[in-house]
Amino acid sequence: MTKIIVITSGKGGVGKTTTSASFAVGLASRGFKTAVIDFDIGLRNLDLIMGCERRVVYDFVNVIRNEANLNQALIRDKHIKDLFILPASQTRDKDALTLEGVSTVLDELSKTFDYVVCDSPAGIERGAQLAMYFADSAIVVTNPEVSSVRDSDRMLGLLSSKTKRAEEGREPLTEHLLLTRYSPKRVARGDMLSLSDVNEILAIPLLGVIPESQAVLRASNSGDPVILDKESDAGQAYLDAVGRFLGEKIPHRFIEEKGNWLKRLLNFKEKETV
Amino acid sequence: MTIANKISRILDYLKRPEKTSHFAKERLQIIIAHERGTRDKPDYLAALQKDLLDVIAKYVAIDKEAVKVDLERKDGYSVLELNVTLPEGL
Repeated sequence: MTKIIVITSGKGGVGKTTTSASFAVGLASRGFKTAVIDFDIGLRNLDLIMGCERRVVYDFVNVIRNEANLNQALIRDKHIKDLFILPASQTRDKDALTLEGVSTVLDELSKTFDYVVCDSPAGIERGAQLAMYFADSAIVVTNPEVSSVRDSDRMLGLLSSKTKRAEEGREPLTEHLLLTRYSPKRVARGDMLSLSDVNEILAIPLLGVIPESQAVLRASNSGDPVILDKESDAGQAYLDAVGRFLGEKIPHRFIEEKGNWLKRLLNFKEKETV
Repeated sequence: MTIANKISRILDYLKRPEKTSHFAKERLQIIIAHERGTRDKPDYLAALQKDLLDVIAKYVAIDKEAVKVDLERKDGYSVLELNVTLPEGL
């Protein structure tokens, strides 16, 4: 049974595409045949993050308009055998995506794929609505910052009412919180919402915490999803999150400030004097 | 520069900026609770409330907060609840 996962957030720039790319790579590395679709029509970017921008010939909209078949448009990933990318189109036609078109493409993918990862655009327009409509699971990507948390809450509202599962009164999709760009140091200083603050407000199960990391920009520079950088904190955090998504019990990491006993002692002293 | 001045500058330098994350949490809790309350309600509800208020105000002096309109969906049907608080002494 194919599982459709939407990566969503409402707010832009919080890490949806980074997460889509890493999640797709993570699932495919575990041997699941995985497709990742860019729903951001007009602002294609998943191809860059996956490093396949020069191999795009046909796109999602070409397939929907029958200008190409699905196999022509799917790009095989350069690293992982079982991973395919369906790029967004660069058309400025906002109505290029249709419910029927998306439904047909997902039905066809469901014949052979184990997972389909839908990279949602920011906002709550058609692209975002269609990306979530057929989903079985949603990963809500949130930064520990007021506007991102508020937008995530709005998306949770839409996920519970504007999806096929909700409309048909079936079992609701599973929701997962992925907190990204987290800085335990700033949390300790009282400058950033903590994991427990965000968890308390959004009240959905936590899939993982991705620390603010230099590795993310390095990964996007080179077009290799950060999960492939196994030495990096962000890469490891994504590997853990994929494992948890597959039902493994993995303790959360990167949520405490690192530092040696001396630093902690100094911090303690500082706190006392303030 | 006096010594007192110097000391105060050094103290300023050592002082940490005020913590702000608790403001973020409080503000979010309030706005999100409010937005969850209006979620899934049709857009016409606010306009309906205003029209009802205008009609009632033609006959009785009431205050803006005195009319509450609410829509509740139960399985298979919807209930439009209208709650008007009239001023005392009528």
